[in-house]
Amino acid sequence: MRPASILLTAFTGLLWGVMAMVVIGVTLTLITGEVALPQATAAGLAGLLGALVFVWRGSAAGTGGAPAWAYCAVVVFLVLMIASFAGPFSLPLSVAPVWQGLALIAFVAGVTAALRLCLRDARFGAMSRYEREVIYIRIAKGVGFVVFTIIVALPFYVMVMTSLKSQQTLLANPLDLSIDFSQGLSGLVRSYVELFTQFNFGRYLMVSAFVSVATVVITLLLSVPGAYAVSRLRFPGQALLARSVLLIYMVPAIVLVIPLYAVFSQLGLRNTLTGLLIVYPATTIPVALYMLQGYFRGLPAELEEAGLMDGLSRIGVILKITLPLSLPALASVSLYVFMIAWNEFLFAFMFLDNPDIFTLSRGVVSLNSSEVPRQHLMAGAVIATVPVLVIFLWFERFLVQGLTAGSVKG
Amino acid sequence: MSAETSQPVSEGPPKGIGPMQRREMWLAYLMLAPTFLIILVIVAGPLLANFWISVKPVQLGDLRPPAVLVNERLRGGPEATGDSATLEYRLRNSSRKEEIRDVVLKDEVPAGFAVTGLPQGCELTGSALTCTIGTVEPGWRDRLQLEGTVSEEFLAANRPERASEPVVTGDANNVLTNFEFTFENFSRIFSADEFWSVLRVTFYYTIFGTGGALVLGLFAAQLLHTAFPGRGVLRGLFLFPYVSPVIAVAFTWVVLFDPFSGTLNALLTKMGVVSDPINFFGQRAIEFSVFGIPLEFPLALTTVIAFEAWRYFPLSFLFILARMQSINTDMYEAAEMDGATPLQQFWYLSLPQLMGILSVLFLLRFIWTFNKFDDIFLLTGGNAGTRTLTVDVYEQGFALSNLGAGAAVAVVVFVVLVTFATLFIRFSPKEEGL
Repeated sequence: MRPASILLTAFTGLLWGVMAMVVIGVTLTLITGEVALPQATAAGLAGLLGALVFVWRGSAAGTGGAPAWAYCAVVVFLVLMIASFAGPFSLPLSVAPVWQGLALIAFVAGVTAALRLCLRDARFGAMSRYEREVIYIRIAKGVGFVVFTIIVALPFYVMVMTSLKSQQTLLANPLDLSIDFSQGLSGLVRSYVELFTQFNFGRYLMVSAFVSVATVVITLLLSVPGAYAVSRLRFPGQALLARSVLLIYMVPAIVLVIPLYAVFSQLGLRNTLTGLLIVYPATTIPVALYMLQGYFRGLPAELEEAGLMDGLSRIGVILKITLPLSLPALASVSLYVFMIAWNEFLFAFMFLDNPDIFTLSRGVVSLNSSEVPRQHLMAGAVIATVPVLVIFLWFERFLVQGLTAGSVKG
Repeated sequence: MSAETSQPVSEGPPKGIGPMQRREMWLAYLMLAPTFLIILVIVAGPLLANFWISVKPVQLGDLRPPAVLVNERLRGGPEATGDSATLEYRLRNSSRKEEIRDVVLKDEVPAGFAVTGLPQGCELTGSALTCTIGTVEPGWRDRLQLEGTVSEEFLAANRPERASEPVVTGDANNVLTNFEFTFENFSRIFSADEFWSVLRVTFYYTIFGTGGALVLGLFAAQLLHTAFPGRGVLRGLFLFPYVSPVIAVAFTWVVLFDPFSGTLNALLTKMGVVSDPINFFGQRAIEFSVFGIPLEFPLALTTVIAFEAWRYFPLSFLFILARMQSINTDMYEAAEMDGATPLQQFWYLSLPQLMGILSVLFLLRFIWTFNKFDDIFLLTGGNAGTRTLTVDVYEQGFALSNLGAGAAVAVVVFVVLVTFATLFIRFSPKEEGL
């Protein structure tokens, strides 16, 4: 028996008990809208004793009887119920009994599973530094998974759920992020319907799609020949050019905004989509050129030389040999450029005043006023996010390639 | 060079460029020309123009060039054929500072309006009216009155004087192109008290935002390094903050952290963690004291930095994960045999292998965080002690309508940036190939 080993076991149990209780309590609150005050102390105690029992039974393995985790689960449940006077979430049993039951099961199962994963092979006797560090890392990873998943998912969950609420319910209880099916489907999506009918979002969606696709086309048309020249043809200044393309990434858009605003205002290009379609490709071409030339360099030059020998012109070589071989790279560049153009905010915000040609980003900003209710703003955010996320999930392989290949731009 | 010249000329390699190579060169230049052109016009041009504007006294309103505004109306209220009426042109110089030269008004006299009296300087050829007005002073106003009688046709038409719009042309100095310079913009921004606090906030934001994103990314990469069921799903999920439009996630954070109707504050107050809601994006600082020393915690700035780290950790996560998966596993097996503990393996094997990508990411993200405008602008609008240099460009140039001062701040941004970029090129590890 080593006090340090017992302390480590106890600490693991305490940590998981408290964390599981806070997470599950908050989730319960958000799902039911009832304020659950999670009994963190009781939960910590339950986790602590559960962990001790788990390691004790685990050391005594081979003696027959139920597995150690079953003892652990029973102890966690009993201690939690006793220490919290049968009210682990400080809610009376009559309030949302099904959800409370599920939360209780989730707590016991979650704590037991976490302890089982973290404290496998642990014992009360002396443990080597290696064994202890394995346990530290398991704990850190477990906490990391929970925390990362929550901080990433929570804002998106809030975005979607808020957009499905009505003004009264939002004001009455900001904690209630459940889906209220009683108002029917039309009630649920009312914010979306109003955005499309009264706030012209259908048009913004079309404009955004048009601007993004046009940016992709222009970018590819200009950057494919440029990238080919940089990667395949020999000319003075080639190496310098290949390196300095990266520098253009680093020019901040905000420095360009004032001169472009001034000049475009005088040329009458400011409040037009043409203006946007001049600026967007200029910001995406360096990225596209850099990504494509890297890919072109990796293609075997012999194929192109064979094409040249067989009488194809350079243009023929590019069209018939290089481009078909580079389809994956073209796909990732296109998706990446599409994403940049779709998400672009600064120029759309500065240049566009006319609601007929608002892009989605610009349209969502116009919802950010005290006269427009919150759920409309969130519904606008959902409309702007969903197409990008769908494309991203659909083509994740290409996009991740694109993101790592050349996209240090942010 | 010296090796080449020491060789006998006749046996040296062919000098200059052969015809085929020349053709290749021209083809390359031709293929690069559109890229060059657009970058010259949209990136290099504005960069230079920014320096130009920063030394000019330009207000946002000056962008509309000075012009003579004209308003045409019919006076005298003719009711029957033969009644006399007056066509009146009211003219005004839109600028209070610039004169306009060679002003000429052109219009079509409406059908059925028989002109009886022409004002001075005006000529009528058929129905085409041309009035030569000449040079007008700043803030000048005048009226031109065209006397005449009306016919049946004129009376029958609905507002016949609107049939053709009068056109006024003239030349004026453009404040953007003249040669009037001032250093007032720079002296104004440097003498402002807030400038130095803006600079300080910029550096806090850049350093901690970059560091936070890197540390989170490193941690997330460790989580997803080993295979387990559901890894693909989690990897996709972890990229969401970076892939989503900034506008959507920024407003979601604003809604989530709202002091009155936000979910987070409701949770904190209802569960009794805090007694009053916290205005995460609106409160400049929380004051507290440690051992009697009063200290301030910059709340809004911290929240904004947290957003920055949250939004950009996926990028560092992707790069670090890609690098980690390419590390040879033999090394770890050897270390394992030698009894290295997991933390020792991480510290002495993984981290040194990741140093290259980490430093590249740090430098690039540092520059990009420094350049960032959208995030802070959407979250706080630069209020509550979160105004960075980039937000200050907008604040000066557009919120305060002083384009020149905005451009001056942009020059400061650019100068700081060039310093970073020089350092970056100097110290970037070459082997990462970024």
